[in-house]
Amino acid sequence: MVTKTLTHLDWLESEAIHIMREVAGQCSNPVLLFSGGKDSLCLLRIAEKAFRPGRFPFPLMHVDTGHNYPEVIQFRDRKVNELGERLIVASVEESMQRGTVVLKTPDEPRNKYQSITLLEAIEKYQFDCCIGGARRDEEKARAKERIMSFRDEFGQWDPKNQRPELWDLYNARVHKGENIRAFPISNWTEMDVWQYIEREKLELPEIYYAHNRDVIKRGGAIVPVTEFTPAKAGEKVENLTVRFRTVGDITCTAPVLSDADTVEKIIFETAATIISERGETRLDDQMSEASMEQRKKEGYF
Amino acid sequence: MIEKNNNSVLRFMTCGSVDDGKSTLIGRLLFDTKTILTDTLSQIEKTSQKRGMTALDLSLITDGLQAEREQGITIDVAYRYFSTGTRKYIIADAPGHEQYTRNMVTAASTAQVAIILIDARKGILTQTKRHTFLTKLVGIKHILVAVNKMDLVDYDESQFTKICNDYKEFSQAIKANNNQAKIDFLPMSALVGDMIVDRGNKLNWYQGPTLLEYLEKVDVTELDEHSALRFPVQYVCRPQDSSNKDLHDFRGFMGRIESGLLKVRDQIKVLPSGHQSSVKDIRIGEMKIDEAIPEQSITITLDDEIDISRGDMIVHDNDTVQSVKSFKSMICWLSETSLNPGRAYLIMHTTRSSKAKISQICHKVNVNTLAHEDANELQTNDIAEVTFKLAQPLIVDQYEQNRSTGAFILVDESTYHTVAAGMILSME
Repeated sequence: MVTKTLTHLDWLESEAIHIMREVAGQCSNPVLLFSGGKDSLCLLRIAEKAFRPGRFPFPLMHVDTGHNYPEVIQFRDRKVNELGERLIVASVEESMQRGTVVLKTPDEPRNKYQSITLLEAIEKYQFDCCIGGARRDEEKARAKERIMSFRDEFGQWDPKNQRPELWDLYNARVHKGENIRAFPISNWTEMDVWQYIEREKLELPEIYYAHNRDVIKRGGAIVPVTEFTPAKAGEKVENLTVRFRTVGDITCTAPVLSDADTVEKIIFETAATIISERGETRLDDQMSEASMEQRKKEGYF
Repeated sequence: MIEKNNNSVLRFMTCGSVDDGKSTLIGRLLFDTKTILTDTLSQIEKTSQKRGMTALDLSLITDGLQAEREQGITIDVAYRYFSTGTRKYIIADAPGHEQYTRNMVTAASTAQVAIILIDARKGILTQTKRHTFLTKLVGIKHILVAVNKMDLVDYDESQFTKICNDYKEFSQAIKANNNQAKIDFLPMSALVGDMIVDRGNKLNWYQGPTLLEYLEKVDVTELDEHSALRFPVQYVCRPQDSSNKDLHDFRGFMGRIESGLLKVRDQIKVLPSGHQSSVKDIRIGEMKIDEAIPEQSITITLDDEIDISRGDMIVHDNDTVQSVKSFKSMICWLSETSLNPGRAYLIMHTTRSSKAKISQICHKVNVNTLAHEDANELQTNDIAEVTFKLAQPLIVDQYEQNRSTGAFILVDESTYHTVAAGMILSME
């Protein structure tokens, strides 16, 4: 008997394609959340493999805090152009103008307010499903996340009221106003993502690779010096070789010291790394043990 | 082309309760394979100290939601990952108490291997029987009986042998109504770390593989090229791009191979319509391939223009499989709302769905005694043999023959909740 098995990357890719096609088959108005970050770039590659030579059966949407690295925004726009797909930008700053997002202080990180802007966009465009690049290995509250996660009319995730998910039979049915968050790369780890980027030769925003940047060492983290995150009085600004492991709102994404300027070197570093992705580079998840769970209940991704 | 156990994915589940050291086992596996990262460890250290423990409590690694931490229990299936270079592992960690039968069934549905934990001091308990029954029900073909806490019985070989013999005896008794699973036995101590990743030096009388060695080597390939082709159509790609002549008439049929092999030029037919054609090309993204294997998501084009839509099943033209409008199945009731036998439900099966009504509840199974009991309604966690009448034909196989085309879920048409999971026993 001749037996054949898919390699782990082929298997993960195939599962992700299957999930995306289920969304397309079951939902009437889905959207794919695209930030320009590495996980959402994997999603775009999977969407190509799932739907080409046709168009994507959904637009792309970026929930923009207004605090992004310009390289990432340029990259995002160029990528969308190359694909010939439609991009919707949902802006946290517009929510602030509408008065639906109220910052406690002007320099408060805006990451958590993305939930409000996302929910407003879902309502405006009547999306019944948002495809996102979240992974179960990122954080404890995510380990129990469904591949198709049900959210009520207020966008809330109720961990005690999730639909059981068996085999690969996904139930994406919702009533008007409710929606599904679909996570095609749920079963991927950070390492899988990097290996996939290498195999598919995916282009990434430059800030993922080692580069020189003005930073401050603040409380164990490396904080980039930008117009939104200036040096405080008495702090020493250093120019160091760093790279970003995640790309998001400037005020809560920190780089790591690294000389890795190619995907191969990043994979090598990732294999040897001893600190998990969120612990190291997401300043906002460190607050409390349950912070991600709390945010998801409030409608966050 | 032929890769065996090389960088593939293995999915397994762990059955046991907190008392059996299940969380400690998973924590140990992740810890010893160097999957636990520094910041997670320091959090666990902090929590261990807060709870007045002196050593690192590895079970905290799998501690998930706030609600669970408050109550000190596990209420849902959590998925964990580690990788060894040989394989990538996905662990489904499900609570083992009776009231969580549905979580066990959920975890088992995607698992290829089940690790059943037994406390060496206690031997076979009611829950062991329940776990064994459920893993067999959901068609897991590889069971590893892990006799844990050997350190608490002085690593006594005779205690291990006795538990193995007891288990064999009782599993013989329930084998009659189920497929044969391969059963292996392993003595270990998750707390100390004996026979998980390292052998330790207390169990020298045991010559078999450690837990990790077992996982690295277990051969879970079920489907071979003699299996019947099952290719449910998920999505039809019609670009209708008038600016591009090649694309204008392109019709791609997209889906995943559930079983069997599909090659270019194969003669196929589409069910339920019965229309025939042959395969013109097969591709994954832009790459063309000659042959697709199970679990591959592909796009195919055909030589003839025939009408195919989502929910159709592509099989080889000489296949005798037929669509059915009724079948007998085992179901596990998942919902908090009881089954109402008078109502119609929606069955989701592969990429197709149909309204369905229950024509008979044959009996329900007591998961502790395995006795059959009469039933008029079903409640959360109940497992029962049930026959269905369908509004639309489905193309099904026996679950024992094919886990993909033998499985279905039941959806409540007013709430849209998933209320039951089903495994097809026979077509009528």
